[in-house]
Amino acid sequence: MAITVQPANVGTAAGSDAPVSAAIAALITDAPVPNPTLVKTFAAMMAREFRVLFRNAPSTFIRAVMQPLLFAFVFAYVMPKIGSGFSVGAEAGRAAAGQINFSTILVPGLMGSMFLMQGMFGTTMPLVMEFSWQRTIEDRALAPVPIRVLAIQKITAGAIQAFIGAAIVFPVVYWVHAPGQGPHIHVSNWFLLALVMVAASALTASLGLWFGTVVDPRKMQMVFAVVLLPLTMLGCVYYPWSALHVIRWLQIVVLINPMVYMTEGLRAALTPSLGHMPLWAILTALIGGTIVFGALAVRSFRNRVVN
Amino acid sequence: MTATTARPEGQRPPPELAAIRTEDLRKTYKSKGGDVEAVRGIDLNVPQGEFFGLLGPNGAGKSTTIGMLTTLVEPTGGRAWVAGHNVVKDPVAVKRRIGVVTQNNTLDMQLTVQENLEFRSRFFGLPLGVASKRAAQLIDAFGLSDRRKAMANQLSGGQARRLMIARALVHQPDVLFLDEPTAGLDPQTRVNLWDILTVLHEQGQTVLLTTHYMEEAEALCDRIAVVDHGKVLADGTVDELKDSAGAATIVTVRFEERVPGDLAERAGLAERPDVTKVETEGDQLRVYSSAPEDLLGDLIAIGAKDGLHVRDAAQQKPSLETVFLALTGREYRE
Repeated sequence: MAITVQPANVGTAAGSDAPVSAAIAALITDAPVPNPTLVKTFAAMMAREFRVLFRNAPSTFIRAVMQPLLFAFVFAYVMPKIGSGFSVGAEAGRAAAGQINFSTILVPGLMGSMFLMQGMFGTTMPLVMEFSWQRTIEDRALAPVPIRVLAIQKITAGAIQAFIGAAIVFPVVYWVHAPGQGPHIHVSNWFLLALVMVAASALTASLGLWFGTVVDPRKMQMVFAVVLLPLTMLGCVYYPWSALHVIRWLQIVVLINPMVYMTEGLRAALTPSLGHMPLWAILTALIGGTIVFGALAVRSFRNRVVN
Repeated sequence: MTATTARPEGQRPPPELAAIRTEDLRKTYKSKGGDVEAVRGIDLNVPQGEFFGLLGPNGAGKSTTIGMLTTLVEPTGGRAWVAGHNVVKDPVAVKRRIGVVTQNNTLDMQLTVQENLEFRSRFFGLPLGVASKRAAQLIDAFGLSDRRKAMANQLSGGQARRLMIARALVHQPDVLFLDEPTAGLDPQTRVNLWDILTVLHEQGQTVLLTTHYMEEAEALCDRIAVVDHGKVLADGTVDELKDSAGAATIVTVRFEERVPGDLAERAGLAERPDVTKVETEGDQLRVYSSAPEDLLGDLIAIGAKDGLHVRDAAQQKPSLETVFLALTGREYRE
């Protein structure tokens, strides 16, 4: 037997910070009456997310701003300055020719890429920690709401991070470019822009939660490499989808990539004159994808939390 | 409950309602290597206000049982109610009424001590101001005042465990679940926690505790269920359990040689009025006796007559260990 001390003998010998019996007793006799509702619990969980987000604000901000800053610097400043004749499709060709500058093409693509990065990082990375051996997820899982509400809360929190991450692109590309190389953006339909941005945020966060719950945490690095990179590179970030018509098979294959619909949706909202995929296809994919992957994510999340 | 509480009468469960009740509760984990029957039909009935212990070695099914009662593990058979609510059909109602201290450290590492308590209070619907006051009250009572602003991952093992118990109490739960609350803690911290739990119990708090420390179960629990291999072997108060095992002192003699199977019979051990049970196993002779004064010497003499040489001998007074030994025929391993 490890120890032989009896509790009766040691009551007050437990150190200077030994709790006072009366104070412990008062925890039972003098306790507030809890009255949880779904809305209050959900709001408290969101408040917790924001508390953490603000606490980590410097690192969150740097993570969110680095990618667009470097992209804009290289493609909208360095490249035009050195007069590189890079060719990334017909539009880029025209961009190089000075008709449409590349930053105009890049804005929707960059935002799409930010949705994916921030949305997936915002949901997947915390899950890896929460499902690790200490299973800190049990803390939130014991809150008085159904587990699916917790899943939806996580998607919501991730979607907000994705939205902010993508919105950061606007100021960056407006400020960082060579003279005369600023993007030409005309939002004629603000409702469409808001709809696309919200749907894209929700879709990436749903994807992130789904990934985080079906992928073995130990393989997460590998999955990020084989999933995130192709999604971005083949997500019509640097070229519009229509420009792919010269490589017909690729144009069809990339249709399984949710990124394509985000970037094309943003093109429809930000640079409609440049041409984009039909709007019905974009919205069906974004909203349908959110519903499908959201449902999958909620289900697999519940299965991971409840054994 | 013995004390007056702030909670209105109407919100408290009627006193005749069992705090925990299970009927043939089962859990089988499916896996490729074969199914694992972690819990194989457990029946419990814990009245309100009781300090109930599930005692058993590691891997006995205690944590799985607590997981099912706290809605985080889905039963594969049987039924269970906590504070009158079915754990499968109405998990949210159960979660509202329970506080849980898991074996693993599930504190929110990205929050401070104070925030861990505040947010938990808010999850349970307390307004911000009330949540802060409750957090301060808990911090003071649990001796964490100087760690108020520390991040949860900076706490020592004992502090973390205290914070987890504090956090489980924010919403005045009807039932407090503690899964191996003192595992891995130093003896002083352990006794310190025992004191806290004793005071909570005195105030009427219903507690279900799992432990593999026998002296912990003995020191704290009103009633104990001894579990092994997913089943309850016996339950009752410590005294009842000792009686059920014949209140026997167990005398075990190990010889250098194998004990002949008929040795006990030839020596007439079972006929002695004080002996309740005799076991021969390999090189061991084990006798359960209510009057063991001369027994050890007698056993050695009986062995010597057969040419057996004593290797070691032990005499165990009635305790939960002898109960476990009597129930399972195995030594208790913590």
